[in-house]
Amino acid sequence: MTVAAWLMLTIIVCVLFGGMAYCLRMAMKKRL
Amino acid sequence: MVKREHWGTRYGFLMAAMGAAIGLGNIWRFPYMTYRSGGGAFFIPYLFALITAGIPLLVLEIGLGAKTRRSSPLAFEKLTGKKRYGWVGWWATIGSLLLVSYYSVIMAWTLSYLIKAPTLAWGTDPNTYFMKDFLGWTGNPLNLGGIRLEILIALVVVWTINWLIVGKGVRKGIECVTKIMIPLSWIIIAILVIRSLTFPGAMEGVNWYLNPDFSKLRNPRVWLDAYGQVFFTLSVGQGAMIIYGSYLKRKSDIINNSFIIAFADSIFAFLAGFAVFGTLGFMASQMGVGIDEVVVSGAELAFVTYPKAISMLGAGSGIIGVLFFFLLLMAGLSSSICLIEVSTGGLMGSFKMSRKKAVTVACGVSLLAGIIYTTGGGFGWLDLMDNYINYFSLALVGALEALLIGWVFEARRFRIWVNFTSEIYVGRWWDWCIKLVTPFILVTTLVWTSMSILKAGYPTEAPYPSLALLLGFLIILAGMIAAFLCVRLTKVDVTREKFEV
Repeated sequence: MTVAAWLMLTIIVCVLFGGMAYCLRMAMKKRL
Repeated sequence: MVKREHWGTRYGFLMAAMGAAIGLGNIWRFPYMTYRSGGGAFFIPYLFALITAGIPLLVLEIGLGAKTRRSSPLAFEKLTGKKRYGWVGWWATIGSLLLVSYYSVIMAWTLSYLIKAPTLAWGTDPNTYFMKDFLGWTGNPLNLGGIRLEILIALVVVWTINWLIVGKGVRKGIECVTKIMIPLSWIIIAILVIRSLTFPGAMEGVNWYLNPDFSKLRNPRVWLDAYGQVFFTLSVGQGAMIIYGSYLKRKSDIINNSFIIAFADSIFAFLAGFAVFGTLGFMASQMGVGIDEVVVSGAELAFVTYPKAISMLGAGSGIIGVLFFFLLLMAGLSSSICLIEVSTGGLMGSFKMSRKKAVTVACGVSLLAGIIYTTGGGFGWLDLMDNYINYFSLALVGALEALLIGWVFEARRFRIWVNFTSEIYVGRWWDWCIKLVTPFILVTTLVWTSMSILKAGYPTEAPYPSLALLLGFLIILAGMIAAFLCVRLTKVDVTREKFEV
């Protein structure tokens, strides 16, 4: 894989999984 | 008055809503769309579309259901206080019924292929096997050529499963089943991704999937495609998220749940890309050709290219085939039970039917409507109706519901209410997304598609006969008129009902 492909992979993983982790953290925190 | 059903747990709701969102498109459409639209660079328009249209519409639909605690036709009537706006909800309901009538046929194909996978029954030429031996495709939708018994039997099995699950109700049926199906789908996709990446040549395929080509982002079509992908993948515009939202308990979170569903759906599609392109990379390396010569999407990917790649694997190929078709079946079933629940909920709410009676009517009508797709000309009808329903039902409903909430009910009022019970908040940007961005994009896509069909027919490369295109449109028109009749025939008046906030 090219460097650009690895870079995109890193960014996408950070955004999608980071976003999901943030939402799950908020769900754990408030628990309405 | 019969007490409204509720989800047993928040986890149960999330699994059911993820099941509705994660469908065949995540597996067979998203990876191809990414490859065609700039590889890794496609994630920029995709994420932009997700934030400006996908998540705002998801918040709108789940919020609309939770606020009104009604199925889609009555939800619009109750929210606006005007009976005529119930048409939008009825058109969404009828559209979802038309959609599930052909979606279930794809499930029937998948079920047949699942049984064939251990013995690789498609042989050395999966294309001829699928189009001629299995579908009996006549090449013309107007030439029906008789019913394919194998597909019809599989279709009846699929409908029996749907009927049993939805007939059991929200908690004991839909929630219970999706709580098993969705985690199982995640496990299977993880196995397929890991296995695909170990094939020789797989990394070359993944490179094609992720290597960014930023020059493609200058093409407006790529941005419209991103909006289309986001819109269709999240199952909005079908009344599905409205009915699921209506079973939420009072004071349940809406916004954070919408974000979780959207992220889960995107992550699933992203992972499916590795499984698909890993396998395509292997296939291309075995054939000694570039990946651009083997890459396809839709039914051709699932029933022609993927079986061909599996056949090249040698030992253990049957297991990969079983896992792949089982994953497709799970993804499809979790979406189809949601589509059936839209009609079931609509009939129960507006015509005071019992669940058993409503689900029998919905399943029976869809099964009968689906018989045409089991004929030799069915493949063409399926392709044609899928295109019409996507734009004239889903996109139209999405645009109308955004305009109704944005301008008639007022987006600000709605936002304040959904923020009230949510763990994370949306700001004024949500109002503008609902009032302007979403309707503009959806109407543009609708007009673009209509012009393209009028100018060049459908599909553009080898159009179906004009009579078939006209008949398909007449079916859509009949559905729209039926939605008007349903508004007139509705026995329940909710226009003066108070909101239970």
